Amino acid sequence: MSTDLEALRDGGGWDSVVAPLLDRTWRDKPGFIAWLCTVDHKAIGRRFVFTAALFFFAAGVMGGLMRHQLAEPDNSLLGPDFYNQLFTMHGTTMMFLFAVPMMQGMSVYLIPLMVGTRNTAFPRMAACSYWIYLFGGLTLFIAFAFNTGADAGWFAYVPLAGPQYGIGRRADFWNMLVNFTEATGLMVAVDIATVILKMRAPGMSLQRMPLFVWASLVTSIMIIFAMPTVMFGANLVQMDRSAGTHFFNPAEGGDVLLWQHLFWFFGHPEVYFIFIPGLGFVSEIIPTFARRPMFGYDAVVLSMIATGFLSFGLWVHHMFATNLPELGKSFFTAMSFMIAIPTAVQMFCWIATLWTGRLNLRSPLLFVLGGFIVLLIGGLTGVMVGSVPLDLQVHDTYFVVAHLHYVLIGGALFPLMAAFYYWFPKVTGRLMNERIARWQFALFFIGVNATFFPMHELGLNGMPRRIYTYAVETGWGTLNMAATIGAFIVDLSMLMFVIDAVRSFLRGQRAGANPWGASTLEWSTSSPPPPFNFIALPVVSSRDPVWSRNEGAPTHVSGLQTSTREGLVTTVLDAIPDVRYEYPAPTIWPLVAAAFIILWLVWSIFSLQGALWGMIPPAIAFIAWFWPRRDETAQGAAVEKRP
Amino acid sequence: MTTRREATPASVPAVRIGNALDVSELPTYGFSHRSLMWWGTAGMIAIEGVAFAFMIVVYFYLRAISDTWPAAGGAPGLLWGTINLVIILASSIPNFYTDRAAIDHDLPKVRRGLVICAIFGLVLCAVRTLEFTTLNVRWDDSAYGSTVWMLLGLHTFNLVTDVLDTLVLTALMYKGPLEGKRFVDVAENAGYWEFVVLSWIPLYAVLYFGARF
Repeated sequence: MSTDLEALRDGGGWDSVVAPLLDRTWRDKPGFIAWLCTVDHKAIGRRFVFTAALFFFAAGVMGGLMRHQLAEPDNSLLGPDFYNQLFTMHGTTMMFLFAVPMMQGMSVYLIPLMVGTRNTAFPRMAACSYWIYLFGGLTLFIAFAFNTGADAGWFAYVPLAGPQYGIGRRADFWNMLVNFTEATGLMVAVDIATVILKMRAPGMSLQRMPLFVWASLVTSIMIIFAMPTVMFGANLVQMDRSAGTHFFNPAEGGDVLLWQHLFWFFGHPEVYFIFIPGLGFVSEIIPTFARRPMFGYDAVVLSMIATGFLSFGLWVHHMFATNLPELGKSFFTAMSFMIAIPTAVQMFCWIATLWTGRLNLRSPLLFVLGGFIVLLIGGLTGVMVGSVPLDLQVHDTYFVVAHLHYVLIGGALFPLMAAFYYWFPKVTGRLMNERIARWQFALFFIGVNATFFPMHELGLNGMPRRIYTYAVETGWGTLNMAATIGAFIVDLSMLMFVIDAVRSFLRGQRAGANPWGASTLEWSTSSPPPPFNFIALPVVSSRDPVWSRNEGAPTHVSGLQTSTREGLVTTVLDAIPDVRYEYPAPTIWPLVAAAFIILWLVWSIFSLQGALWGMIPPAIAFIAWFWPRRDETAQGAAVEKRP
Repeated sequence: MTTRREATPASVPAVRIGNALDVSELPTYGFSHRSLMWWGTAGMIAIEGVAFAFMIVVYFYLRAISDTWPAAGGAPGLLWGTINLVIILASSIPNFYTDRAAIDHDLPKVRRGLVICAIFGLVLCAVRTLEFTTLNVRWDDSAYGSTVWMLLGLHTFNLVTDVLDTLVLTALMYKGPLEGKRFVDVAENAGYWEFVVLSWIPLYAVLYFGARF
């Protein structure tokens, strides 16, 4: 083989001739337009995480405003109408614009690195999904700025959100937000599931997949089966509002409870697709800081799959206060108790790993341990509200507010903070300050408990959720003040985190490839990873590839084109190399298509004609996106090998 | 039974060269489950399948609590819906041959097949328009009317999407720049069409007979 041809194939090391070639092929061109066109999963993942963080802070400010209003009885800081918008926007933003996109953004960034490939399966779709998410989220906030913020709660029950009571355009924008975020979620889920099933490094059979990859796979499959129902349901409500249909109108044969079924069939699994990635983070972080492989890998995987399945059988426990058959409710109580089993199995596996390991008590592990406690409390109150008689007592009170915040903060936010500290050096190449991290952890842990623990008591004392004020005689003032002080402590800890993140990003200590001594593939490449992720795709021969490998097994893949963005497709079960795959090139069309989709759906709020004619521009954009370019086709045809 | 499209994965194996696993002899694309886009399409089908399933759930949920089902105008007329069913089932035949031709990289056959599929699709869209005229209810009359229109509307959305896709592919196979992996696109479009065909069978049964029995 001539030197020329060899230079066109990868497989050499960092000092070989292929490194600059790969860099030229994979690096985005400089300039703003190229920035908009990028299809690099790392850029898209970073954007998802950054945008979700901004939405988190916006929703946090709303939470702070509500705490301020409730700090003392008969407070008149906020009026009832604005308060309704605030709690709806807070919940909607946290669930739809922060939690799910944040977890998916982490997957978009991490999964290709963890499975040892160079990009996601459908990078243009990933780009498009980000733009839909960004523009869709901004649409909701722009409407809010014009006093058109959704105000019927984050689950937008009809008839309150229906045509009769949901006056103005507030509920319309909520329905459209569901379309935007669920379209985003579904696109990313299909992308991530495909990467995990078909693009793993050779040798990374299913039983060698890192646990976060398993968590992402389970989550993606859950999203594919759960998100369509809420999207579908929101559009039915929207048609009731704008086209005069009667799906939820009892006077014409419709039914309001139907919405609750459609919403919670999605809404309950939703909790788990926020929570399972969190469990995945924990299962990555614990072995690293216990310095031993995960105890009970098989049990953890099966538990995550079981959680995924069972989470589809719980939705009615959100509806115990409705007139459903009692026998049915008993079934859902039993299912709600049952789902505690796989979560407990995972917790015991983590404890066993920590118990038998040599602990390295750094900030990521601190957040994991703090999350344990918070999640455990949330889980225990979950068992309480999972039973019908107790639920009827505390339904729609602050007890439920306390429960859901404990579950989501313990199950998702603590693991997420741990994940930030853990992967920050990989993403930026720099370490965060350990001392500040410890202070931040302490403040966060104290603040969260100070905010939400008193709410249990408030709920038991009868304080309903979603009220904008209360009378002095109720005696709820002291506990509310405690909760508000707690919220300020949380704010302080978040401020510390942001300042330290910015400071570390600019001037932090250099991290090197693997600062924690971790075992998964993303730590085998430089920090931050190059545009092509790996100089040569790795070959895996054990479950902890950085720690151990089978002597005599190949170490890396060679022979991929360096002149085009080429990757490797492997088989589903055993990850045997099967087909080479040419990744699509950067293009502006995903951005254009996303913008047209937003315009179409916003237009459809104001006119039925818009709902119809508005479909044409996105269709044109999708065709332009698909239509192959002559130069790229010629290049592809020149090197193609038929199957 | 192994068909041509399922030719064993890794029919060309990666080879060991020193410490490396060399993949330079592997094909640059593959059909069926060897193609990433097949998995993407499968995901799309799962998502739309869930939406269809829930539309059927909504239909029977509302039927169970409603006093009048169907509305005063009676059940939807059988004529156009049944004609649609016959044509859509028949469209599987050219669709199957186009799929095969794509796997064989037979461009003239693919072109002919796509044109025939596109014609079938356009005829189906026309019949579908007539179908809407014999539902015997308006969408804003009652929950029954809303459900029936939504049921037919959802399938029509899929139908139109795939007809458009077929037209674009037809144009591409005649006019556009071609390479081998475009045949994979044709095969996958054919696969998606099968979903449009198969999903119509239960939807047809619910729409036309859910109001009769």
